Amino acid sequence: MDEQHVATAPAEAVQKLRYYQKGTFTVGNRLVAEEERTVQASTHRSNALTCGHRACQGCGEALGARYAVDAAMRATGNNLIAVNATGCLEVFTTPYPETSWQLPWLHSLFGNAAAVATGVAAAMRVKGKPHVRVLAQGGDGGTTDIGFQCLSGMFERNDDVLYVCYDNEGYMNTGVQRSSATPPAARTATTPALGPEPGNVFGTGKSVPKIAVAHGIPYVATATVADLHDLERKVTKAMSIRGARYIQIDVPCPLGWGAPSQDTILLARLAVECGLYPIFEAEHGVVTHVRKIRRVTPVREYLKRQRRFAHLFRDGRDDPRLARLQAQCDANIREYGLVGPAGEDE
Amino acid sequence: MDHPFAITLDLGTSLVNHTGSWRTLRPEYVTRLPPCNDACPAGEDIQGWLAFAEAGDYEAAWRKLVENNPLPAVMGRVCYHPCENACNRKALDTAVGINSVERFLGDLAIEKGWRFDPPAAASGKRVLVVGAGPSGLSAAYHLARLGHRVTIREAGPMAGGMMRFGIPKYRLPREALDAEIQRIRDLGVEIVLNAKVERLADAMAEGGFDAAFLAVGAHLARRAYIPAGEAARVLDAVQVLRSMEGEEKPLLGRRVIVYGGGNTALDVARTARRLGAEDAVIVYRRTRERMPAHDFEVEEAIEEGVMMKWLSTIRSVEPGAVTVEKMRLDETGFPQPTGEVETLEADTVVLALGQDVDLSLLDGVPGLEVRDGVVQVGPDMMTGAPGVFAGGDMVPSERTVTVAVGHGKKAARRIDAWLRGESAPPARRHDIATADTLNTWYYGEAPKTLRPVLAMAARTSTFEEVVKGLDATNALYEARRCLSCGNCFECDNCYGVCPDNAVVKLGPGKGFAFNYDFCKGCGMCAAECPCGAIAMAPEEI
Ligand SMILES: Cc1cc2nc3c(=O)[nH]c(=O)nc-3n(C[C@H](O)[C@H](O)[C@H](O)COP(=O)(O)OP(=O)(O)OC[C@H]3O[C@@H](n4cnc5c(N)ncnc54)[C@H](O)[C@@H]3O)c2cc1C
Ligand SMILES: Cc1ncc(C[n+]2csc(CCOP(=O)(O)OP(=O)(O)O)c2C)c(N)n1
Ligand code: SF4
Ligand code: SF4
Ligand SMILES: [Mg+2]
Repeated sequence: MDEQHVATAPAEAVQKLRYYQKGTFTVGNRLVAEEERTVQASTHRSNALTCGHRACQGCGEALGARYAVDAAMRATGNNLIAVNATGCLEVFTTPYPETSWQLPWLHSLFGNAAAVATGVAAAMRVKGKPHVRVLAQGGDGGTTDIGFQCLSGMFERNDDVLYVCYDNEGYMNTGVQRSSATPPAARTATTPALGPEPGNVFGTGKSVPKIAVAHGIPYVATATVADLHDLERKVTKAMSIRGARYIQIDVPCPLGWGAPSQDTILLARLAVECGLYPIFEAEHGVVTHVRKIRRVTPVREYLKRQRRFAHLFRDGRDDPRLARLQAQCDANIREYGLVGPAGEDE
Repeated sequence: MDHPFAITLDLGTSLVNHTGSWRTLRPEYVTRLPPCNDACPAGEDIQGWLAFAEAGDYEAAWRKLVENNPLPAVMGRVCYHPCENACNRKALDTAVGINSVERFLGDLAIEKGWRFDPPAAASGKRVLVVGAGPSGLSAAYHLARLGHRVTIREAGPMAGGMMRFGIPKYRLPREALDAEIQRIRDLGVEIVLNAKVERLADAMAEGGFDAAFLAVGAHLARRAYIPAGEAARVLDAVQVLRSMEGEEKPLLGRRVIVYGGGNTALDVARTARRLGAEDAVIVYRRTRERMPAHDFEVEEAIEEGVMMKWLSTIRSVEPGAVTVEKMRLDETGFPQPTGEVETLEADTVVLALGQDVDLSLLDGVPGLEVRDGVVQVGPDMMTGAPGVFAGGDMVPSERTVTVAVGHGKKAARRIDAWLRGESAPPARRHDIATADTLNTWYYGEAPKTLRPVLAMAARTSTFEEVVKGLDATNALYEARRCLSCGNCFECDNCYGVCPDNAVVKLGPGKGFAFNYDFCKGCGMCAAECPCGAIAMAPEEI
């Protein structure tokens, strides 16, 4: 913090702000020192996922992947190998023989990215190149469903891999089917908006971040494309640690969620602000940091902007299940303590 | 075949894939007019100078400011800052303290001795300015910077107009005023004092002037018919305030009644308190809400012990007392007498009922149109007489220093065009950067810094300045609260949020460009631009 200016600023302002100059939350800030700016603000960022990829307009996954991989490359001095599960991220970047990736990158199967990454990490060790690090990545389907066994094994053995899950809450690449990360009430191709309780069933699904925490691995975090500073900090921290690490990033999918392409970041932000997507960090089985909600927002503000939830607002009336979703948000707010003054490093 | 096992094709790059062809909407960088700039009667580029100030480059900020207004230290004290009322930051917490930063820059410039950039090449033209009030000074300054030779003829013994002979010292210390006038003189503007222009036509011919700008203000005190006894002491406000500048301070006595509801009435009442009056009472026909004076001035006056009698008129003045009648507002909001009277003790009654323009110097000027006691001008500030322009209090407008300065600038630019035989096309105005064009998520919470205020005891006994300035650190804080409405401030958001890397960062001060080969037109850059500097336009398909 700029000591000189703190001395005379009004007391409340000093408490709330890290930098009280405009653009505190922006990608860059011409008023702060170069090293305090984000990786994405730099013209030297690696653009690990470069132009010409075939992701939809406004794809949150494409954005999240560039954010995460660029940060990991910066943290490792570009000594990074990526292993990718099948899914949009693989398909839209690498229709063989064309690719958008600007780092060594492997694709094997839908469900085995964690296991392949374990193998790559072992190979680097055996070859005497322990400084070359491994990042595994996949969608929520490839991670929380079909890849789950390999992932749990990687955690349990504490293999030296950072696994990044891009959570767009469904099997998007094959046409928007439900996954175990799809939220309740959401319409997908396999949970149609039909019948007395349209959309995905309440009381199903799982939280893989919590399961990862239960493995007691060195580092687990959730993040979002709406908070770049937080995301980059978490990836950088993860790369400073050896052993199994897991980061799950909320990446809105305009196509699958039924939202305008320009709303991707807005939706990711609202998911956090309403409490539906808690953003936290855990080390060795213990939650160590929670990203506080800045402007508490009712969940309906988040839901009403997405066609996958349109049936909750049919005929101008609120579906009673909206209250259940709000209760879920309220429970998250209580469980993680999402509302309240931000901590020292906020 | 040197491909590895199972590989049959050479590796290609996705860069061959020009996904820009998917686009139906096209992002474009735009500039929108910040509402503060739009609201400033002097046409200051507020956002522009704040941008320098927030980077700590105060001299550049001051230079940017004085491109439009040569009197920042004065403005930072007396301007009613309509810019702040328009400021978009109000929707977040409170408006940016534009006026306090302006004063800080003005004071700093005086302290550091910064001077104006020298004028452009001499045009060989001569312009007469009549009146050294804010409007005349502003016109002279701008004309001089445009290379014209300017002479100001001023009737009074000192330059400044109502800034000196109206606005009291406790609101505008004369050191600040003197310094800013001197700086205009240093630019080469000649100010001839005690040189009233009696007949414009003669003055133009004598000096061989090519054009004239009139800014004689409004100095004739308006009177109301009030029956008054022989010994009653009735003065007018302008006369009282004017004599404050001389050696002999006016004798007002212990009980002073001020009649009127404008800023002048307040200034006289507050002056009376400082001169030792125990009672200073403002008598006004209507209610407080309808008073033309600004709220903060009423507040400050009440704090200093000035008393207010709303809905009252003065019926008659006797030696030592006035008879006041209660009024009530009718359905149309007009005050009507009630017949109910009371008597107030008074040593002096001061009338502050407004001023009219003394138009005698215009006798014989052909084509001039006078309506409602003020001189009519066109949008270019020219009167009906070719080459004779006018501005400030003598033309139809709100009567403030800032409007006067704005008129001076506008007239100077049009005089310049007129002298060069050009008809300056009206400048194209950008769309306004309204609050809905911003994405305010990105701005940190930061409430306004309040300026320190002089202790109450000193406020009723001395003419020391009431409201103090900011220092360098809180001025910086205040400048950094600006949202940069409608003007890119290089926050890198567009560069960061594009999922297709289709934004090119050009480097500090150079902004960004779109790479339309790859931009798919998703609109995220426009949605996440904090200050509304990107617009989406339909693509021609
Ligand atoms: C008591 C008081 C307080 C005010 N407070 C504020 C305030 O806080 N903020 C604000 O924005 N506005 C304020 N105003 C209004 C503001 O002062 C005027 O609107 C502004 O000064 C008008 O500028 P001007 O250049 O048109 O005229 P003036 O300032 O009146 O200047 C006109 C000049 O022309 C000279 N002159 C007149 N006739 C001739 C002639 N024939 N030949 C040569 N010279 C001549 C006069 O001597 C004078 O110097 C106040 C006004 C008064 C009376
Ligand atoms: C074993 C296997 N089953 C099914 C598929 C078909 N498939 C390819 S991508 C995909 C969905 C991917 O969903 P997710 O992992 O969430 O990634 P997203 O596309 O949503 O980013 C499926 C079912 C496959 N490739 N392999
Ligand atoms: S379907 Fe969704 S996840 Fe897949 S490319 Fe399109 S926006 Fe991205
Ligand atoms: S935030 Fe800045 S640019 Fe916007 S209106 Fe206020 S002062 Fe002007
Ligand atoms: Mg998915």
